[in-house]
Amino acid sequence: MKTINFLLAGVGGQGVLMASNILASVGMLAGYDVKKSEIHGMSQRGGNVSSHVRWGEIVHSPIIPDASADFLLAFEAMEALRYLPMLRADSVVLMDRHQIVPVTVTSGDAVYPEYADIEGTLRQISPNVQWVPGVELAEEMGNARVANIITLGLLSTYLDVPESVWKQAIARRVPQRFVELNYHAWETGRKLRETVNA
Amino acid sequence: MTEERPKDLLSGNEAIARGAWEAGVTFASGYPGTPSTEILENFARYPGIYAEWAPNEKVALDAAIGAAYAGRRALATMKHVGLNVAADSFFYASMTGAEAGLVIISADDPQMHSSQNEQDNRNYAKFARVPCLDPADSQEARDMVIAGFDISEQFDTPVLVRPTTRISHSFTMVESSDERLDVPPRIKKFPKNPQKYVMVPANARHRHPFIEKRLQALKDFAETFPLNRTEWRDTELGIITGSVAYQYAREVFPEASILKLGMSYPLPMQMIADFARRVKRLIVLEELDPFIEEHVRLAGIPVEGKSIFPLCGELNPTIVRNAAIEAGLLPAEHFIPPTELPEKMPPVPVRPPVLCPGCPHRSTFWAIKKLHLPINGDIGCYTLGVVHPLDAIDTTGCMGAGIGVAHGASKSTGRKHVAVIGDSTFFHTGIPALANVAYNNSPVITVIMDNRVTAMTGDQPNPGTGKNLMGGDAPRIELEPLVKAMGIKHVKKVDAYDEKSVETTLKEFKRLDEPSVLITERPCALLPEVRKTYQPLKVDLEKCDGCGVCVRTGCPALVRSSEIHEESGRAKVEIDPLLCTGCDLCAQVCPSEAITFRAQMDELAFATHI
Repeated sequence: MKTINFLLAGVGGQGVLMASNILASVGMLAGYDVKKSEIHGMSQRGGNVSSHVRWGEIVHSPIIPDASADFLLAFEAMEALRYLPMLRADSVVLMDRHQIVPVTVTSGDAVYPEYADIEGTLRQISPNVQWVPGVELAEEMGNARVANIITLGLLSTYLDVPESVWKQAIARRVPQRFVELNYHAWETGRKLRETVNA
Repeated sequence: MTEERPKDLLSGNEAIARGAWEAGVTFASGYPGTPSTEILENFARYPGIYAEWAPNEKVALDAAIGAAYAGRRALATMKHVGLNVAADSFFYASMTGAEAGLVIISADDPQMHSSQNEQDNRNYAKFARVPCLDPADSQEARDMVIAGFDISEQFDTPVLVRPTTRISHSFTMVESSDERLDVPPRIKKFPKNPQKYVMVPANARHRHPFIEKRLQALKDFAETFPLNRTEWRDTELGIITGSVAYQYAREVFPEASILKLGMSYPLPMQMIADFARRVKRLIVLEELDPFIEEHVRLAGIPVEGKSIFPLCGELNPTIVRNAAIEAGLLPAEHFIPPTELPEKMPPVPVRPPVLCPGCPHRSTFWAIKKLHLPINGDIGCYTLGVVHPLDAIDTTGCMGAGIGVAHGASKSTGRKHVAVIGDSTFFHTGIPALANVAYNNSPVITVIMDNRVTAMTGDQPNPGTGKNLMGGDAPRIELEPLVKAMGIKHVKKVDAYDEKSVETTLKEFKRLDEPSVLITERPCALLPEVRKTYQPLKVDLEKCDGCGVCVRTGCPALVRSSEIHEESGRAKVEIDPLLCTGCDLCAQVCPSEAITFRAQMDELAFATHI
């Protein structure tokens, strides 16, 4: 059984950790050994957040080695660019189009990269790069916070794990009253696969 | 026998709390500090226990020692630098031992993800003759806390359990029990045993040989301790390792023999010697200091370690693999080529941690800067005052240092200094430092930024909050009378959001040649009850000329818009309604009166409503 490495990235407050909790639960319920690693601390205050999730027969290191991410999920448009050394030629990159502009840009010390440049840069490493209108679709559902679950829904189409396992993991991790909404978000994400070609 | 339950995915910190509960711990005390904070937060949710936040780590450890003296299994939790604060207590506890188990958690922070240094606290174990357990995952974190209590009681010693950030904040599978050890109090009455518990020199001199003998017994114990184990594979390469480095060793050297040390002090030297004899090349793989390596070398065993692997920072599989290939420990074909980065790629803007929108510290820093005095800072959210564009902190060392540094600098030069400190840090170690300012009379202006919680680690309650860790009501220590009781004559409390009052008071204090204290009060903007009051403000684009004064407050809610002011050619400013809390600071500093105040927004809303 090959170890599968997921790297999740975003900005503090976006629910990166919730998404990685669900992904870890999915792995466990699917019978894998699972490890998940993240750094808390100052990230609540607008910093970038990342979480490593690994599924395998036996997982040793909680950290993914460089050039070994099978999947990179970026919940903010430019965040994927921070983790290029983790990617390899066949990595799948799913990235939300949503922008959270950092203070360094607001104050004029830096420039937010263009979408085309973000995508172009990633494509020079792997062809499997896909924008996800996660926040946009989530807002249509009335709750921007489920954007991550939409991306997880799309991710699920790349993995051989039954739908029931995903739903069980979601039900385990999100508050009761949001379970249906999250199922809907996950299904919406899953359907995206029909319209994208990554 | 205990009942089997399905495995849980637990963080190291959750597993430590779980282990402590299963081990029958009834008393726990600690001080918040990344990466240790969640241990007590989780432990506090278990039934049949008592848990508290103490004002600092020394007080926490003394309290845990008291509980252990009284015959109850006790836990003290802190981050690595917290053990510096608690060191005095750590050393006497080693001398006295206790009546029941005492485990101290020191969560070390290699890589300084959230700390001022990356000290390796295994050194404290050796220094104080206390055994140290180093978990390599959450299962071991749980198991070692349970084992730690047994060792503590068997040898009459405190036990140090030392997770690192990577262990505390990684989630791995844990098998645990629903049943809790029933540990009745080991004694009925508080011990009357001055030879053991009163460390006057005459008694202490008897205790020193005891702890040296205890150490010898622990060394023998380490030889058979099941969490020290040898994994025999190929004997070309033998690796001595522990903590998270063990995981990297397994990942990078799947064929090598490994001596996995769950106890990093004292070391099983016989086991090490036997292992060394049977392998061709011996290395130690450990994070931070060459702690095990030096012990091995001292025993006359040839070994390599820090000549191959870095001493600074956290290890990871990539660092270990590359260093191993360079040292000839692995053939070159094990190399994972690094990702070829595109030559031309857009620069990625950094996201420095900043004071949150609505943070009450922002207005205080804005005003302090106008004094043009050196500013000695402390540890907490307000350390972020150092970040551009505020640039408002000149020194930060450790908890409680700012006031002392300001006093010494001021006294020795005759110049005025400002010390800034948060409420939690003031309760932690600021009080004695301020007593020194009062007692030895320096013209230090001390600003206590009172947001009523320990915000940096996630808004934990402290002695000024009015709540305790278990969720109960608690008395609030009022700062103003406390400070006045020290004999400081010039003490004022103002609303932190009232920039004008903060500024006026500080300018008044600057004229004095005596100690003064300004308390800027306003609850942390992240508190749930404050979140309910958020009222985003608006920029009147007719009035805004893009001067950028508001942007210099460093508030993330202020964004340059696409609209350009015709005369100046500067981009006008907008307010992100999702981020703005309505603290009014930008409205107060805007020279063009282009930003509506919260009160005006309320009026507008009222008018629209009519």
